[in-house]
Amino acid sequence: MYGYSGRMLIVDLTSKKTKIEAIPETFCRKFIGGNGFSISFLYEHQTPGIDPLSPDNVLVFAVGPFCGTVIPTNAKYVVQAKSPLTGFQGKSIGSSFWSQAFRRAGYDALLIKGRAEKPTYLFIDDDIIEFRDAKELWGTNCWETDRIIKDTIGDDNVRLAAIGPAGENLVRFASIISDHYHEDDGRTGMGAVMGSKQLKAVAVRGSKTVEVAKLDELLDLCKEYNRKVIKGLTSTIMKDLGTIGTGMEYLSNGATPIRNFQSTDAFKEPITISEDIRKISTEWMREQYVHKSIACAGCPIGCSHIDFIKAGPYKGVAYNMEYQGMYALGTNCGIWYLPAIVKAGQLCDTLGMDVISTGVVIAWAMECFEKGILTSKDTEGVDLSFGNHEALMEIIPKIANRDGLGNILAEGVKRASEKIGKGSEKFAMHSKGLEFPGFDVRWLKATALSFAVSTRGADHISASIFGPEIRGRINRFRFEKGEGEFVAEKENNLILYDLFMICRFSGDLWMNVYSDLAHLYALVTGIPLTTEELRTTGERVWNMEKAYNIREGWTRKDDSLPSRVFNDPIPDGPAKGSVLSKEEFDFMLDDYYAARGWTRDGMPTKKKLIELGLNDVAKEVGV
Amino acid sequence: MQRKFVVSDFEKCTGCQICEYVCSAVKEGGFNPLLSRIRTVRIEPAFNISMACRLCEDPICVKSCPRKALSKDEKTDTIIVDQEKCNGCAWCIEACEFGAIALHPVKKTIVLCDICDGDPKCVPYCPTEALSLKTPEEISQKSRKKAIITLVSRISE
Repeated sequence: MYGYSGRMLIVDLTSKKTKIEAIPETFCRKFIGGNGFSISFLYEHQTPGIDPLSPDNVLVFAVGPFCGTVIPTNAKYVVQAKSPLTGFQGKSIGSSFWSQAFRRAGYDALLIKGRAEKPTYLFIDDDIIEFRDAKELWGTNCWETDRIIKDTIGDDNVRLAAIGPAGENLVRFASIISDHYHEDDGRTGMGAVMGSKQLKAVAVRGSKTVEVAKLDELLDLCKEYNRKVIKGLTSTIMKDLGTIGTGMEYLSNGATPIRNFQSTDAFKEPITISEDIRKISTEWMREQYVHKSIACAGCPIGCSHIDFIKAGPYKGVAYNMEYQGMYALGTNCGIWYLPAIVKAGQLCDTLGMDVISTGVVIAWAMECFEKGILTSKDTEGVDLSFGNHEALMEIIPKIANRDGLGNILAEGVKRASEKIGKGSEKFAMHSKGLEFPGFDVRWLKATALSFAVSTRGADHISASIFGPEIRGRINRFRFEKGEGEFVAEKENNLILYDLFMICRFSGDLWMNVYSDLAHLYALVTGIPLTTEELRTTGERVWNMEKAYNIREGWTRKDDSLPSRVFNDPIPDGPAKGSVLSKEEFDFMLDDYYAARGWTRDGMPTKKKLIELGLNDVAKEVGV
Repeated sequence: MQRKFVVSDFEKCTGCQICEYVCSAVKEGGFNPLLSRIRTVRIEPAFNISMACRLCEDPICVKSCPRKALSKDEKTDTIIVDQEKCNGCAWCIEACEFGAIALHPVKKTIVLCDICDGDPKCVPYCPTEALSLKTPEEISQKSRKKAIITLVSRISE
């Protein structure tokens, strides 16, 4: 079989046994790869109702059929397990060199079960699987772990997916980091699941060659694609500034939350400091910092930018700042000083924590501090006022080490607010327990819907509808009938990227994403796919994730939004006064469920699931 | 005529490895950086460069080979490997100052860049145009120009 390895590696950490299972071609065609594989394997191998941090949880890594070829942006991989934050499907997509090394080792998926008796790291050296002692590594940060393991094995071709102290300490939003300064698997606490298994890292070295069905045609097409993608609008922004490029558009248009969603007007207060994020432009970044673009494996765009801080208290810090980090650790905490945000981001990455969740839980604590719900006694003297960036540097390591107040914040904003109480639940910004990404959904109504219905909790990439909304392609102030269908279609369409495991930023490449991907798929695998087939595939995987959640006890009330979205109108900025009413929200859910062909309660019908070829799932959860 | 070889501009290189994928596909029919004649180097946090054989005037690899398996082609300036004589001892790999020689993982003999008969296939794929086929004179011209531009801009400040 071309394109695929056709093999899944199953590792049981409890018994230290490994097994290889064949992945048949019919299955490949039905689920494509990546997210399609991971949710299927998770659904099959994990018993419903288990504690996500127990040995019963199953952690699945998967790559796509384009991985390790020359197709632009093929280096993505997915990690999926039951989420310790949400109790539903947890999923995070990373991008690095790990995925391709894993593919060359001869696998499409890795399934990890059980719990190691003592700290362990896994070394997958093509067909040799070793369980190595990680006692000495326990407590080291992600970047050091990467260096130490590479040095121990003595080969830079070894690639790592590792956790830091946050994962070891079961911080519920701990991440998995692969390679230095790279996009990580941040969301939904996959690092905590790894930590609960006492698994410090998965090191991989792959030496096999990836072969494709039609090599010459693929090479010619990819030469064209490379040229095309570097000239595209999105990729130009990504090349110059990365996600903070589009982020400036959100910030300027009042879409970026400020001080835990208490403001959206970024320009209410004048710019007084020299290194204020509101000054960001490509030229300014180049003048102020060494602003260097670096790429993931096989990516012609190179959206990651390493910014070196040249002066001031954070001199010498280097980190890849993204929009979500700029929001979560910056504006949302009332911090505009760029070097501090870069430093805070670097702390999160080295300690192995999701920047969005970390920023949101700290912003919530800052609002508690402002309102007197938390006092200096609770914070052990840390001045958690909005805008105090020094406090950020103190509190982030406390979270990773579960020290003092950090132990409460490490539970995530949902659990932390339930514990602290005193009305703080009302401004805990999460959906299904997953902290909010950087969009104020009180006026971005379709985005509000997509955050509520996403199968992994408040998720900005499941439908990515904020772009069309902020740019006014759809009415952002009022939800209109039919937008539910728009959201569902975007979800079905975008999840395809996660099946082929290519980057969302490759959008400039595709004239018609379905036929283009089908064509590439045929060149790589030799398997002809129809456009119609692909449309169903996206919907199939989305329904599969939904079915997983239903098996874990999902009901309509879980598709919810924070109290603040319904009760506190936006106080300022271009969307001043905007708020979401319960009636409007119910109407949105009805519209969306109907568009999906689900019942009013949001349950997939047997008929729908069978139509999608999910007969066994239909028996189990269909109504 | 001066010799030409593949050079990489580290200011433009993002370390994406596309050159490695293209090289292995063209030379070996499949994607595998270990089979590539050009290799990327990333020094964290952000230094990236690709390295390939520089076709040295008096190549140390040729001199070092105990079996006389390597020779310099008079016409093309590339290094020719006699597959019969080479036994993969890797002495030349150690001798090369640029790490431009690799051992083929299957054939167990050495491989290095032959500039694809003067038309290196990796170059047009480079998304940032960091790669080019240049003579030493062209490289020094570029450096001279860059030095002057920097100097002038400093004076005008």
